[in-house]
Amino acid sequence: MSVQIEFSDVTLGYDRHPAVHHLSGEVAPGALLAVVGPNGAGKSTLFRGLVGILKPLSGSISLGGLDARDIAYLPQTADIDRSFPITVFDFVGTGLWRTTGFFGGIGKPQCERIDKALAAVGLTGFENRVIGTLSGGQLQRLLFARVMLQDARLIVLDEPFNAIDERTSGDLLALVKDWHAEGRTVAAALHDMDLVRAHFPETLLLAREPVAWGATAQVLSAENLLNARRMCEAFDDSAAACVVDPPLRAA
Amino acid sequence: MSLYTALVAPFTEFEFMRRALAAIIALSLGGAPIGVFLMLRRMSLVGDAMAHAILPGAAIGFLLSGLNLFAMLTGGLIAGFLVAILAGVVSRSTGLKEDASLATFYLASLALGVSIVSVKGTNIDLLHVLFGNILAMDDQTLLVVACNATITLVVLAVIYRPLVIESVDPLFLRSVSRAGTPAHLVFLALIVINLVSGFQALGTLLAVGLMILPAGIARFWSRDISGMICVAVVSAMLSGYAGLVLSFQTRIPSGPAIILVAAALYIASVLFGRVGGVVRQLFPGRHLEA
Repeated sequence: MSVQIEFSDVTLGYDRHPAVHHLSGEVAPGALLAVVGPNGAGKSTLFRGLVGILKPLSGSISLGGLDARDIAYLPQTADIDRSFPITVFDFVGTGLWRTTGFFGGIGKPQCERIDKALAAVGLTGFENRVIGTLSGGQLQRLLFARVMLQDARLIVLDEPFNAIDERTSGDLLALVKDWHAEGRTVAAALHDMDLVRAHFPETLLLAREPVAWGATAQVLSAENLLNARRMCEAFDDSAAACVVDPPLRAA
Repeated sequence: MSLYTALVAPFTEFEFMRRALAAIIALSLGGAPIGVFLMLRRMSLVGDAMAHAILPGAAIGFLLSGLNLFAMLTGGLIAGFLVAILAGVVSRSTGLKEDASLATFYLASLALGVSIVSVKGTNIDLLHVLFGNILAMDDQTLLVVACNATITLVVLAVIYRPLVIESVDPLFLRSVSRAGTPAHLVFLALIVINLVSGFQALGTLLAVGLMILPAGIARFWSRDISGMICVAVVSAMLSGYAGLVLSFQTRIPSGPAIILVAAALYIASVLFGRVGGVVRQLFPGRHLEA
């Protein structure tokens, strides 16, 4: 199988401290990958590196020819100014940036796409509401609608189901599976192990260093999970520069 | 005194009043939309800071060529860009927030500007620099103001989308486009040219008033941004006109008169605004069924 994303000995972090340490591995096109691990394991950092917001401290991430606009990224703490006076319709419409850019018109076909996306996430009838009036779950639905419109080949979701009730997360999970069925590559950071086991074929277990990467059933063994939990989370201020590469490859 | 002599006659009789009115209309068209973005991006005080930062440049222009408006405008333009770009670069490349770096720049600039003017000029000059004089618009200055308004509207149309997206969801814009930082810097430049325009009319201390106050007013009348921009422009023009009339009929100087009218409109909006006004909140009517 060809390769979509390739991590080659990637280290990502902040102020020289690694948050993801020496990760290598590959993601096939159309994969549905769950990234799990304790808080502070580097899941969000990995995603930030993946979408190009964070530069790797060492190593490299190859996206197999995807450019930034082929990636849809839904961050964990969406940095959204909810007091900003923008309607649901316009907000979702920003997902069309890839085709409209600065000046492209929003004509009838685009409006239909926006309506369709809103319908798919169950927000029909909310078009003219200002985003500040939405609940947390509705906002998450809104963000999924925007991801839909981005029509991206790689979709990166950082803890998309946090603080979301069962019905909403069920609806949104169905969308994720649709995307998978359409052949898009989807990577999602998740905490609900049962959900991962039930719906995600491939899992990366991360605890700053990759603990295991492969078929979900094998990765989520009790032993691996315990290992992941033991790995330390704290930065060591006086840590020496990392010279020797530990054994590579997790996948 | 009939209504006509009070409200219209000043403009038909005196050319300087017509010029002032034209200047106010241009200022409102350019400045008010910028003000709306300043408010929505939580940069209201940044605009204020930048207005003061223009002062030393204008003062140097004054030092070199006396009370020549064109020289002062050019000086202000240069100083404003310098400070805006410096502050923008400092905050984007270090952890320091933009408002903090601007506060430093503007305090220093204000002190420097007042010193320069005082060394050469009189107290009248200083008053002119600080509070402007819209009744003394010459052709050159009027052209500069009109040009600035035109540039502002065209450029704002170009950077509108990235600017809106960056205000509401900066991370999203960063993930789809690199337009965020250039759009922000261009926006800072627009603030500067509008402040330079306002500088002549209202002076350094009040220049930002015709941007921020209309934006504040608009917030109480519209829920979406295009509506806000319209309300802001109209209320800026209205304040400008009423302020000119007020200053013509009384002894209040034009700049403060304009800002006072805008402030009065603002207070009325806070009280009676359709969106979140005090009265609306006190008497919201019976709650709805769904």
